[in-house]
Formats: sequence, C-alpha cells, structure tokens
Amino acid sequence: MTTAIRIDGISKMFRLYRERPTSLKQRLLVSRSRSEEFWALRDVSFDIADGSSLGLIGHNGSGKTTLLKCVAGILRPTAGTIRYRGRLAALLELGAGFHPDLTGRENVYLNASFLGLSRRETDRIYDDVVAFAELEAFMDNQVKFYSSGMLVRLGFAVAVHVDPEVLLIDEVLAVGDESFQRRCLDRVRRFQSEGRTIVLVTHALDIVREVCDEAVMLDHGKVYAVGSPDDVVRTLRHRFLSDDPLFVPEEGSREVEISGVAIESDAGVRDSVRPGEGLTITVDLRADVAVADAAVSFAVVSASSNHPVIEGKTSLLGVSLGPVDRKKRVRFRIPPAPWASGTYFVSVGLDSPDGRLFHVQTQHYPLTVPEMDHIAMKLPVRPTVEVEDL
Amino acid sequence: MGPRLRELIAHREVLVNLVRKELKVKYTASVLGAVWSLLNPVMFLAVFSLVVFVLDNNVPDFPVFLLSGLLAWNFLANSLQAGARSVIDNANLVKKMAFPREILPLAAVGVALFDFALQSVVLLLYIAVYFVGFSGPGFHLPELWLYPVVIAVLLVFTTALTFWVAALNVRYRDVGHLLNLALLVWFWATPIVYQGWLVQRKLETIHILGLDAWALYLLNPVAVIVLGFQRALYSIVRPVGGGDPILPPMDLPMLAGILLLVLAASVVLLFLSWRSFFNRSGDFAEEL
Repeated sequence: MTTAIRIDGISKMFRLYRERPTSLKQRLLVSRSRSEEFWALRDVSFDIADGSSLGLIGHNGSGKTTLLKCVAGILRPTAGTIRYRGRLAALLELGAGFHPDLTGRENVYLNASFLGLSRRETDRIYDDVVAFAELEAFMDNQVKFYSSGMLVRLGFAVAVHVDPEVLLIDEVLAVGDESFQRRCLDRVRRFQSEGRTIVLVTHALDIVREVCDEAVMLDHGKVYAVGSPDDVVRTLRHRFLSDDPLFVPEEGSREVEISGVAIESDAGVRDSVRPGEGLTITVDLRADVAVADAAVSFAVVSASSNHPVIEGKTSLLGVSLGPVDRKKRVRFRIPPAPWASGTYFVSVGLDSPDGRLFHVQTQHYPLTVPEMDHIAMKLPVRPTVEVEDL
Repeated sequence: MGPRLRELIAHREVLVNLVRKELKVKYTASVLGAVWSLLNPVMFLAVFSLVVFVLDNNVPDFPVFLLSGLLAWNFLANSLQAGARSVIDNANLVKKMAFPREILPLAAVGVALFDFALQSVVLLLYIAVYFVGFSGPGFHLPELWLYPVVIAVLLVFTTALTFWVAALNVRYRDVGHLLNLALLVWFWATPIVYQGWLVQRKLETIHILGLDAWALYLLNPVAVIVLGFQRALYSIVRPVGGGDPILPPMDLPMLAGILLLVLAASVVLLFLSWRSFFNRSGDFAEEL
C-alpha cells in the first residue's frame, strides 16, 4: 500500500513568554531569558496509508491539533518533514477563512481559492456546494448575518466539494444539528469508499471507533500508541485511568488465566449493542495450575461517567465453576436493556473463593452503543390499561 | 526561492480574491464606492488649482507637479500602512488556513495599486483635457518613456519594504506607530510639495565628508522615484530646460541611471525581505 502522508520526525517548539514582549520597548527592557521553550511535539513519525482513515486522539494538550496544523501547513514544524500527495483540505474550525462582510457566494469563492481551486473550477462545484449546505436562499447575504449552524454547513460543504485527496478534520463534526452531523458522517464514509485519506482529530472516541480504521494516540507531544482504533482507544483509556493510583490495567497470580473474551449482541454484532438488545459476554479460561474453584466476574463501565452500569459475578449469581484444571468457557447473558448510546468498557476478573486474584483485566474490552434514530427505538415497557364506568 | 515562487503562483487566485475582498470591504456600505478613491485626487486638483490661483505659487501648473509625485507617495504610504496591518488584521485566516503568507502584504500592495491606477488615470486625463482644452504650452512627450520604468521601480521598492514591515509588525506592534512617524519625516525628505531644484541649488554648496549634500539627498530612493515621476509627467507640460527650472536639471540618462541603480538595490532588498518574511511566517500562526 502506498503512503498518502509521511510524517517524519516532526518536532514543534513554542516559545512561552511569561509576559510576551509585543513592543520594542519591552523587548529591549526584557531579557530573552524570560521565555520558556515548550515542545508541543517531539519527534513524531508515522505514515498514513493511501485511502485509510486515521483517528488522532489524545488528551487536551497532547499535541494533536498542533500536529494537524503542521500537516495542514498552517504551522511550520521546528524540525522534521511532512510529505503528502494530492490536494489537501483542512477543516480546522468551521467558518474559518470566511469574511463577515462578504456574501455567502463570495466566501465560497474565497474559501475554495484557499484550497487551491481556480475561479472556473469553483464555478463548476458551486451549485453542489450550495445544495449540500442547503443555503440557496442566503447566498447573496453577508455571512455576518448567518447563524453558526449555517457557517458550519457552508464550511463543510466547500471543504468536501473541492475534491481533496486528503481531508483533515478537527473536532468540527461535533457542531451542527443532528441531521447535518449524519450527513457529514455519510459524506466522510463516501470519501472513504472513494479511497481518499482522512485524518480526524476528535475527543469523541465513538466516532474514531466507528469511522477510522487506524488510530494514533499522542501523549505530551509524543506518539504513545499506534494501531487499530479499539486498541488505541483502550490505551488512551488506560492512560487516562493510570492517573488514579488504584488503577491497575492487568494483574493477578495467573494460576488461572483469562484466555479470551468475546462480546456479542443478540443480533450477532461484536463489541456493539443497540438499545433494547441483549448481550452475551463470553469469557474463556485456561488453568496453568489446577485450582479447586474460581469465580468469574465482569463489569460494564460507562466511558463518560466511569460508572459501572451492570456487574455480575458467577458466585453471586449462584453458579459454581467447580475445579478448573484445563479450559472452561463462561457466558454471561444480559437481557435486552435500554442501553444509553456511547462507549463502554468491560472489565473481566477471575478470583478464588478466598479472594485471591487469579487474573483481572480492568476496562480492557470496548463496547459501543450506537446512536439510534428516535423512530427506531422502542420503549421496552408494556402499557397497562384501565377501564372505568362513568 | 523557486519552489516558493511556484507555490505563490499556484495561489494567485487567493491574491486576486483577497484584493477584491479588501476593495469590497473598503468600499462596501458606502454609496459612492470606488468613487471615493477618485475623489481624493480630484479634490487635490481642485483645491490646489484654487490655492495656486489665489496665492500665486511660483510653480507653474502646480497641481500636475504635486500630483505626479504625490500619487507615487500615496501608493508607497498606503502599501506600507496596510501592509503593516495585513498579517494582524487577517489573524483568523493565518491561524486557520494554509496559504503562502506572502499573499497578505501582496494584497495590501494590490489594493494600493488599484487606487494608484485609478488616481493616475485621473491625473493623465487632467493633463490631457486641461492642456488640450485650454491650449497650454503643448505636450512634451519624449520623456514619457520614463513613466513605466519608474512605476516598476516604485512597485519593487514598495513591495520589498511592505514585506519587511508586515513581518516585523507581527512581533513588535509598535512598528505601526513608528511607521507613521517615519512616513511623516520621509514625506518632507522627498521633493513632493517643494521643488527639487531649490533643494539641489542649496545642497550642492554644502559638503559633508567630501560629498556634496545633494548626492546624499539622492540616497533617499523615494526622492529619486518621485523625481522620476515628475520628470515623466510634469515635464509633459513643463519641459526641463525652458524657463526657470523647477525640477533639478539632470541629464535624462543620468536620472535613468540612478533609477536603474535604485531598481537593482530594490530587487536585492525584495529578495532579502521576502526571505526574511518567509522565515518569520512559519511562526505567525502562534504569534497572533
């Protein structure tokens, strides 16, 4: 597979001034030593394959937006090179590059020229842009009279219609109403199917897992993890939880090990469950040393609140595993439940009746509950009826 | 510089759009629009014709004399003032969009050039109509070839300086204030409202370090450029040599030679200031 973007040894240093000298007088009076170096990125290297969709995640201040700005050519890296092929469109902030005093039409032409389109090329896409943004009636109004939603729509419409080979998106899909967000995501999927390359910076881990086929996690300006979105999202979660001294990702004596965990909805979809659906969590065990008894437990933890939404343990559920000497399989079945959409993590544990930990994997397995159309969702309750004679 | 230039040419549409945007914003919500740009020289012509009529200034055809230098000066001053603000005023573009940053000062020059062109048309029309209509002393055209040459010198020199102030003003905001003061001093160090010939007569008698002061005066490139414009335009109506001198009675080849020197120096300056601007422009997005 060919490389669409090659990021090679990128470092970016910012100078932080305690009090920035913005005038000559201050500059002469204040010595140079009052500025501090801050490395937003340090020797970041990775390749993005042609036609892949990469999610760039990390905590606030991890350098992901700085990296995206370097790729977009807005910031010049202190060291390193970035190479890419074809036209690159960046959506860093919706409405960026719009001038409030110009009309919608003029702004489309201005914005498209930033993305490298000539006037004639813009003429060709103009009608599609307007139709996508659904702003036919407002194109001759000055943009300063637009609502933020209208700006969002126009900005996204221009960016996706300039026919870029590489699309960079920073947190912009979070704006706009629900139907527009869905259309943006549809458009992003169409981009993927056309074999274009997408780099997405977001805090919405669900979107990364839903849309991207690769993810990179940055931490304090360095690449912390690269891999499949599930793995990287989990790493991010662990990194986040590791600030908690009680958090240990994996521990135990390993006399009996968890050899595999599968999460499957009743509809047969892995690692995902829809509201109103049931779920099966299958835990495979393997004994290295034969033990007289063991208990398997699980907990499903909401990623946003860090709160367990459902827990279970074999012993508490009245099931005894008996002696474990080779392999065993345990299935937890969760009946249909009104899952709230979002990301969850599943912890699995294995311990002895006297409380010795054999093996614990804390929040190791991601589970997604997709956003559902309200029409498709049924309330999982039965109405009752009363008849009264009056 | 080669790839840089290619990058710039690839983004020429941005330049065109930004100039159009600036003009539109400048004249939008004003009823007369670009007519405002024309009113400026027209008012100058009217006021100075009247002042000269009343005060009996000893420069014949003073409006033509004044405007042939003043328009060039206005172009320089407007370019520098707008250029100094160009990066800061477009902070939202610089922080969010990728494009060669050179386009911002270039757009400032472009807007000033638009006004300069409009105003020059007014001046040329005035010269043509006034002197044909009122049967003046007749046209003297052999020195008009200097006009395109001196416009080229003005363009290169102005662009070079504009790059420089635009980049500096991002780091040190007092460049803008300093610039206004500098322009005031510079204006009076340039023979725009007074006659170059008077300066030459006075300064040629003073010697500093073995050089006569007139030669030092000509180290001001704008003085040379303004003298060039006056020689090209004012001498259409007042040829050098006839009657009392107004313009310094320099040989035309000598003036052209000095202009070419200024051009060469401006090209070097443009190269240096462009490079300096480019080197600084990588940090613009963080400094704003």
